Amino acid sequence: MAGKTVTRADLSEAVYQEVGLSRNESADLVESILKEISDALIRGEGVKVSSFGSFSVRQKGRRIGRNPKTGEEVPILPRRVLVFRASHVLKNRINDTLTDTAGAAS
Amino acid sequence: MTKSELILRLAEQNPHLYQRDVERIVSTIFEEITAALARGDRVELRGFGAFSVKRRGPRVGRNPRTGEAVHVGEKYIPFFKTGKVLRGRLNGER
Repeated sequence: MAGKTVTRADLSEAVYQEVGLSRNESADLVESILKEISDALIRGEGVKVSSFGSFSVRQKGRRIGRNPKTGEEVPILPRRVLVFRASHVLKNRINDTLTDTAGAAS
Repeated sequence: MTKSELILRLAEQNPHLYQRDVERIVSTIFEEITAALARGDRVELRGFGAFSVKRRGPRVGRNPRTGEAVHVGEKYIPFFKTGKVLRGRLNGER
């Protein structure tokens, strides 16, 4: 697998190339988008991006965990976690290019 | 919040941009992430989270209704890991 890592800089470069805003403004917009998504999630609101996927916040209860090294029991406190569900469009795009047998099984 | 609501919010904050430009910006970003994952690349957005692709090897599955064995080919699934900062903020940290 390729193993390259795409970062904010690559996303703002793509916006710069595609829309023709300045590099600074492109970077600011990438930041605003991530901020709006994060803020919605922090308010407890789910975020749905069609043909990409959806982010939702799930409440987890308290449970007893274990330190795998020492075997010691430690309480895991109730917390909110973020769950991402990829859309079928995204899953298909990934499998179309990465699987040799793309389309063979549904 | 949906993608179109996200676009509206950004358009409000950026009155100097046409809404269709904001739409293109939002689409470009999700398209870049999708394209990266389709190449097998990782997308790391510090503070927010990281998208990656995990391989699931081929296996013999079973039709739960008939019990019949079926071959399930290898597949790749997108995966998201929440960033430290966002995880903290979801739980009341600043």
